[in-house]
Amino acid sequence: MTAALRIRRAGPQMTVQDMGRPALTGQGLATGGAADLVALAEAAALFSLGQMPAAIEMAGMGGDISVSQPTRIALTGAPMRAKLDGKDIGWNQTHLLMPGQRLVIGGAISGVYGYLTPAGGIATEPLLGSRSAHLVGNLGSALAADQEIALGPDPLPAAPPVRVSPDARFSGGAVRIMPGPQTGLFDGAELDRFLAASFQRGSAANRQGVRLEHGGAPFQPGEVAGLASDFIAVGDVQMTGDGVPYVLLSECQTMGGYPRIGTVVGADLPLIAQLPLRGRIRFTLISVEEADRLYRSPAQMIAEAKTRVAPLVRDPSEISDLLGYQLIGGVVSGRDEEEY
Amino acid sequence: MTGPKAQTPAHEILPLGQDGVLVRFGRKPDLSALSAAQRFQAVIAGKQHSEITEVAPSLASVLLRFDPGTTPRARIKVIAQNALAELGPNVDLPAPTRRWHLPVAFGDDTGPQLAEAAALAGLTQEAAVRQMVEADLRVLAIGFAPGQPYIGLLPDNWNLPRLSQLTPKVPAGALVVAVHQLVLFCNDSTTGWRQIGQTGFRPFWPRSSTPFRLEIGDAIRIEPISQTDLAALGPEATDGLGGARLEALA
Repeated sequence: MTAALRIRRAGPQMTVQDMGRPALTGQGLATGGAADLVALAEAAALFSLGQMPAAIEMAGMGGDISVSQPTRIALTGAPMRAKLDGKDIGWNQTHLLMPGQRLVIGGAISGVYGYLTPAGGIATEPLLGSRSAHLVGNLGSALAADQEIALGPDPLPAAPPVRVSPDARFSGGAVRIMPGPQTGLFDGAELDRFLAASFQRGSAANRQGVRLEHGGAPFQPGEVAGLASDFIAVGDVQMTGDGVPYVLLSECQTMGGYPRIGTVVGADLPLIAQLPLRGRIRFTLISVEEADRLYRSPAQMIAEAKTRVAPLVRDPSEISDLLGYQLIGGVVSGRDEEEY
Repeated sequence: MTGPKAQTPAHEILPLGQDGVLVRFGRKPDLSALSAAQRFQAVIAGKQHSEITEVAPSLASVLLRFDPGTTPRARIKVIAQNALAELGPNVDLPAPTRRWHLPVAFGDDTGPQLAEAAALAGLTQEAAVRQMVEADLRVLAIGFAPGQPYIGLLPDNWNLPRLSQLTPKVPAGALVVAVHQLVLFCNDSTTGWRQIGQTGFRPFWPRSSTPFRLEIGDAIRIEPISQTDLAALGPEATDGLGGARLEALA
């Protein structure tokens, strides 16, 4: 019997996401992939994987899930309320799911996108080199109730649970942007005003992008009539016709005619994707050289996340079968579980 | 495509995110910028630089994508400068090697803004369709959505502005017009361009062996069909080809 994960009830936007489809920009398809790549790196670190895994991305809230084989899962990204057979379980750690158990993942406590990663990997058929749903591009679809997702077998279901101290990214903060091809369309005063403003997440926010609102006047570029449509980078801060910034995320269009004031660096994109309704962000302009120094490859992101992984030391009061545990050297920490 | 010869326009080498360099030949989609972008793309692609992970032309620029984990930006700039030095003076677009014959139903329900667009171009509807059929059209860029072509350039009387109000929804297969160009939508979409026709051809068909059907530089010949014919050429019945035919050119 092959391993499978069954979706008993699905939140409004649960999709399979990995690193997406790079190098198809010239065909009109944005890379796509997980909105928060740090969450994939943290899952990889929890399972000691060398590559970024595919995960189930849950926007705003999760669903009701069971498995056909004993399978460890990692829960990373925006912390969400999670219960296993009715008991609260922690985020930013691994758990063993047994067949017959019921995992219910509720709403996000902070941030937006939570991730469930099975230890044996998701074994659905890749399309154009990726398992990611790209809903805007008509590739794949959102997960629905009663759907079964093929999994790879967990190589080590009995491995002890581990946790990761999450990289802080669920409540806004300072976001670094680098200059782009159209930064020069904005004069110095307009750029300064943009960098001085404090922004909140607007109502329009999804995997394509996040609209940002502030109290002040719209931001106006100089002469833009007749501009040729040109390439967009993920992270570009586009000024739509009404002068309101819109940060483009993984499922954005590949070309556009609106001017863009700069590009959010990859390290800070999760802050935008995970920006909660009342979170605030402010932009800092850095040089191209500085932005290039900030680049981290997927392998470097995983290696960095590994430095934050530690064995999970459980609170004895939460362990019902305590007598079955060997308490080595009597060292039991207090409340060490990452609960968020 | 023929046109007045002009000098290769001045270029700029610009950053586009942490893994991109954009070589831009102009801010507007004129023939010399288009030609320079396509020829530059051809020079780069011909050299098969292992440091470049993707080369893609847009209307007036070329994107060079690289892996910043292994290649510094400065190296990509050197590659770009060397290729620019080889561009040569000829500004004609490269000759097409393939031509698509594309059945399109114009006007009425399948082109609700044909009358308005034709009037803005100073033509009757019949004359407008004739100009589309006779125009030497090429796929100039692919973008916005998967496989979606920007097609042109149309004659100067078609330099129509975008609409001030977006049309909330045009259907998949809609052929729309603005700024000397046609766009063929893959999916239902909002647009600020005017819909003049519709086709059963889908430029992106994910389950096909060639999911992206068009290539930049492909010649496009529009073949007007009736709305009855269009209904019979529905995408599901024709694997998304909608009756389109690909001809190899010598």
